[in-house]
Amino acid sequence: MALTTAVPASASSPPPPVPSDRRRVERIYYLFLLPSVVLFTLAITVPAMIGIFFSFTNSIGFGDWDFIGLTNYIALFSDPAILESYLFTFGFAAVTVVVVNVLAFGLAVGLTARIRFKAALRTVFVIPMVVSGIIIAFVFNFLFSNSLPALGEALGLTWLQTSLLANPDLAWVAIVIVTAWQAIPGTLLIYIAGLLSIPGDVYEAADLDGATKFQQLTRVTLPLVTGYVVINVILGFKGFLNAYDIIVGLTNGGPGTATRSIAMTIVTGFTSGDYAYQMANATVFFVIAIGISLLQLSVTRGRNAL
Amino acid sequence: MSTQPAGVLEDVAAENMLARPPATARTRRPRSAWSTTILLMLCTITVLVPLYVTVSMAFKTPEQAVDGNAFSLPSPLTLDGFVAAWQLTDFPVAFAITVAVTLATVAGTILLAAFASYAIARNWDRRLFRWSFYYLLAAMFIPFPVVALSQIQLTGLVGLDNPAGVTLLHIMFQLSFSVLLFTAFLRSIPLELEEAARIDGASTWQTFRHMIFPMLAPMSATVGIFAFLASWNDFMMPSLITSDPSLQTLPVVQSIFQTQFSNNYNVAFASYLMAMAPAIVVYLFTQRWVMEGVTQGAVKG
Repeated sequence: MALTTAVPASASSPPPPVPSDRRRVERIYYLFLLPSVVLFTLAITVPAMIGIFFSFTNSIGFGDWDFIGLTNYIALFSDPAILESYLFTFGFAAVTVVVVNVLAFGLAVGLTARIRFKAALRTVFVIPMVVSGIIIAFVFNFLFSNSLPALGEALGLTWLQTSLLANPDLAWVAIVIVTAWQAIPGTLLIYIAGLLSIPGDVYEAADLDGATKFQQLTRVTLPLVTGYVVINVILGFKGFLNAYDIIVGLTNGGPGTATRSIAMTIVTGFTSGDYAYQMANATVFFVIAIGISLLQLSVTRGRNAL
Repeated sequence: MSTQPAGVLEDVAAENMLARPPATARTRRPRSAWSTTILLMLCTITVLVPLYVTVSMAFKTPEQAVDGNAFSLPSPLTLDGFVAAWQLTDFPVAFAITVAVTLATVAGTILLAAFASYAIARNWDRRLFRWSFYYLLAAMFIPFPVVALSQIQLTGLVGLDNPAGVTLLHIMFQLSFSVLLFTAFLRSIPLELEEAARIDGASTWQTFRHMIFPMLAPMSATVGIFAFLASWNDFMMPSLITSDPSLQTLPVVQSIFQTQFSNNYNVAFASYLMAMAPAIVVYLFTQRWVMEGVTQGAVKG
């Protein structure tokens, strides 16, 4: 494990295509590689560098600016609005990861069992993945703020008569529901792959030993798909931290600022004049994203090197 | 953005991905076929209800749509919502822009990623190419919100605060996932095939153009469909990058017209439906590649 992490390149590289490693590289290969690397540098690396640079200034997005050292960062950590957005986003991401993985795993077990209409059912369950997040959020917005209250009125249920989205303490639940609705298919497909990679004879052996279905699930299936659980949890958490589209469509950060995500706070720097300040926010967020990605690499590498 | 799995460097039984389990595998298990099937069918309600609501609301009259009962069938059935939405949002223009951005993203992603991956896979023994691979993969560490502010500024400065700039950025954010898939696939193509072509006098370009690129077709399908979905459905990037509202893509148009839809819910839902339907239709015809792409993106490396 330590070895593979130490020398990832040699562990992951195929044998050299051409035996003699002193050969000349044809110029066309550089031409093949160049457009991607140059455009990538201009479109992503340079903006990232600029962002980090301006996070140490007092720029408002245009005009003069001065270096102000770590002032933005210090202010960031004592800004209740920022802390609220981090608290909300991390809490939301953690809850959503659990909801998505539990439901997706259950569905995957069902969809890999001996069932009828297997292909059709899979087709349906994957649909939410291909629908625009903001549009489906608008659809759910209507359901939460119009249909459910109307239903509550018809049934005489007072708790259902006010919109979930108008409740500062519960609006996040609606965001979890819609995010999960959209994120389950991707997670589900990865679990299906995991379940199909288990050879059938382990279940035959478990049957012969008299294990019940539930015991087979917890003692055979789950341990064998741990790797897939880890992938899904990390990928999901990383993705949910970027929450933006669905929240804009459901609550637009409200009521008040109760459901404002980190991404939403960052882009306010575009209009509010907090340009450099939100650049610092973005840089902190970047460091967190890198941390999670490194965790992801070390976990997956360690588990089964390339 | 959420539809795309980032690559995970793990090599687990990739060949089993969507294969059916061996025929003998579960023969001893008691047949629970129908109860599980019915349970799963009940679960599909959660997927189908929002879609049903969108369709049925779109065909209602404004009077019926405003009563808040999303689950009733439209009576009478009317196309007025579509007509109104078509005119109000200038649908043909928004549709054309979205199609152009999406197609250019798909083509650009496939071409750039295939070129780069071929160069990388065939020169893996060279440090420059190896490092370029990890460099391009690094985009998976950079979520869009991190670079959004500076990208808004830069695209404005160089005159790319329009659908062309959105297309470029869409391609760039698809690149790592696509290069990952293509290089993994290219490494599995036996070199002897290429060497045979070389002996027959084919240049590197000819080999790529007439042999490698066609062989990449299944991967290109997967890469292309993910680029399609990411680009067609994206809201955050076009809404921030494109400065002229009349040049916006369909998801952003829905948000721009929220206030103007006001209580004309039938118009709003007709508009949502016209924006959503193309992606669902494309998915229904390409689902094999969608499903394979998710698992390969997560499992290959």
